[in-house]
Parts: sequence; C-alpha cells; structure tokens
Amino acid sequence: MDFIGAYSPSHIIFLLKGFSVTLLVAFISITLSFIFGIMIGVLRYTKVPVISHLLAVWVETIRNLPLLLIIFFTFFALPEIGLKLDKMAAAILALVVFESTMLSEIVRSGLNSIEKGQIEAARSSGLNYLQTLWYIILPQALRRMVPPIVSQFISLLKDTSFAVVISLPELMNHAQIINGKNINYVIPIFILVALMYFTVNYLLSLVSRRLENKYI
Amino acid sequence: MLNFSILIDHWDMYIEGFFNTIKASVFAMIASLVAGTIIAIFRIAPFRPLNWLGTMYVEFIRNIPLMLIVFVFFFAPSALGLRINSFLAGTLGLTTYTAAFIAESIRAGIQAVPKGQMEAARSSGLTYVQTMWYIILPQAIKIVIPPLGNQFLNLVKNSSVLGVIAGLDLMYFGDLISSETFVTFDVYIFVAMFYLLLTIPLSLSVSFLERRLAKNR
Repeated sequence: MDFIGAYSPSHIIFLLKGFSVTLLVAFISITLSFIFGIMIGVLRYTKVPVISHLLAVWVETIRNLPLLLIIFFTFFALPEIGLKLDKMAAAILALVVFESTMLSEIVRSGLNSIEKGQIEAARSSGLNYLQTLWYIILPQALRRMVPPIVSQFISLLKDTSFAVVISLPELMNHAQIINGKNINYVIPIFILVALMYFTVNYLLSLVSRRLENKYI
Repeated sequence: MLNFSILIDHWDMYIEGFFNTIKASVFAMIASLVAGTIIAIFRIAPFRPLNWLGTMYVEFIRNIPLMLIVFVFFFAPSALGLRINSFLAGTLGLTTYTAAFIAESIRAGIQAVPKGQMEAARSSGLTYVQTMWYIILPQAIKIVIPPLGNQFLNLVKNSSVLGVIAGLDLMYFGDLISSETFVTFDVYIFVAMFYLLLTIPLSLSVSFLERRLAKNR
C-alpha cells in the first residue's frame, strides 16, 4: 500500500474533479426528478382515468428494475432506435427516469396522508378541486415529504456511482483510473473515496433528521 | 417488434444468469439477515462500546455507494496479493451493504415491542439473551417482515452490480449476449423482463403483507 503516492496533490485534484461531476449530476437529476415526481404523484393521486392507470404501470415497471439496467439501456440501447445521448445526458436521463418514480411514490403517500376532512372543508368553503389541491393539500403534503426526499437525494448521490459502467467521469470512474496506474494505490484510494461520499451523505442525513424533528 | 429469436437462441445464457441472480440474492439475503440481526442487537445492547460499533457500521455503510463496496471486495484482495472469485466478491459486497439496512429495520422492529415486555421477562428471571431470543425477537419479526421484504426486493435489483465485475448474473449475460449479437435494445428488454419476473411478485407480496399486518394491528 502506498498512501503517500496515492494521495499526491494531482490525484486529490483529479478525485475532486470527479466528485464535482458526481455532485453536478446528482443535483441536476434530483431537480428534474422532483419536478417529474410531483407531476406523476399528483396525476396518480387525482386518479385521472386512463392517465393514472398508465402511470401506475410505468411506475411499477421502472421501480422494479435495477437502475444499472436503465443506465445501460439509455446509453447503449437508445442509440439503436435513433436516440444518441452522450454519457452525461444518458446518466441523467436514467437517474431521472428511475428516481422520479421513487419520488412519485413519496409524493403520493404524502398526499394520501392528508386527512380527507381537509378536502371536504376546502370544497365546502367554495374552492374547486384544483384550488384545493394547490392551496390546501400540496403545501401540507410537501412539508411532510421533505425528510424522505432528502433521504432519496442521498440514495441518488450514491446511485450516480453506477454510471461508472458507462465511464461517466465521476468519482468512481476517476478512482478506478488512478487505481489502474498502480495496484498499491487501490486501498488508499478506496478509503479516501469512501470518506468523500460518506462526508457529504452523512451531512445530508443530519439535515434530514433535523427536518424530521422540525416538520413531523 | 422485439426479435424473439435472440431470446430463443440465447435461452441457456439468460437462464443461467437468471438463476445466478437468484442465487446471489438469496445467499446475500440470508447472510445479511444474520449479520443485520447481530448489528441490530449491538445497537440496542445495554453496553456502550457495542452500541458505538453498531452505529458506526450502519452510518458508514449506509452513506457510501454499493458500487464502491463491491469494488473494494473485488479489487482490494488482489492489491493484497489474494485472489477472489467475482461471484463471491459481489455477494459479499451485497451482504455488507444490505446488512446495514436490515439492521436498521430490525432495530426499529425491536424497539416497537413495548418496553414492559423486556421488564416483565427480566423480572421473571430470564437473562437478557433469553429475553431477546424468546420474548422480543419473535414479536419483532412480525413487525419487520414487510420492511425486510422490501430489502430483499432492493437486493434483487442491486444484485445487478455483479454484472460490472463479471459475476455471471443476468446483467453480465445481457452484456455478453449484446456484444455477441450486436443488438442491445432487444437484449436488454429481455433482461428487464427476467428481472420483472422476480421483482413484481415480490413487490406485490410485500404490499399484500403490509396491508394485512396493518389490519391486524
């Protein structure tokens, strides 16, 4: 094991560059997944006839597949039907497809947790269905969803490492590149990479716990 | 239209991968149930240093990616001059990761058993270990079955990481078949179908159990 060689400044910078890609991909993906997750969750909650059934099939299918398979699919299979994406776009698309279904389930159970009396009260005060949803149900539900959404963000941040299979230049990929130079770097590099993931995710989990105490 | 001749021509490979995926998931599930139960007991045992050990394990493992853990099991032994079979490395990685989540589910289950049960058993003269084994765990198991089912479901999906280290699972064979046939779309759709064959019945039974146990309470 060569800790000094492994932790040379150029390696550290290279790993940090990888980590910035990890964080960027995670941030873009969570933002988009949040938007689509809310859309899917609300549409399923409101039980719009055909659409909510189709979405139920979509969510159940995607949720039950490995993310790794979806990443392979967006990068290797979509070009076959004429949709060629670069590594970054393929990784983000796969993460959004997968995580938005996860988030939609969080949104749906958040919406379902709002007591039916709230809807009845709002409707009888003269609000229409959409107004009730927008002003009464969603604001309360969103508050309850904050802690599980932060946990989902932690999962997503970890899941970005699956993109190593399409050699997206994120943290795992950069770690493997350094490891390839010298076998004595492998263990020191893995320790450092683990600490990098751990630090960010642990801080996020502390945030999630604080929010849980605040909102629930 | 899907090209079913790919499925028929490579049926043996799909089936071998399918059974290896099941094998890895079942082995890892059994091992992580054992490890997870021990860690959960560490976390609640009336002995501080054990609590710290349990907490450290759970917090550390839950906050690092599965991919990294599997890579450690696969590449670190060779850095130390040892050799490890990729199926074993993958299964050990899956176990290490899943055990942390299972430990948390079991801990939550144990803590959901009313405190009076422990006190009553201890004052009837049972030791701490006897109380755990005969009184607390049997009651906790009922509470933790749905979350454990969910963990198993995640495990089946996560077992796809074996494909990355040539662990002979469904993902690996999918990769192999697509590089042989130069077809990716259809090959991966069939791989997806095999996964759904496992995960959909699992997820249906988990939600069935959730509803039943909720009714009984």
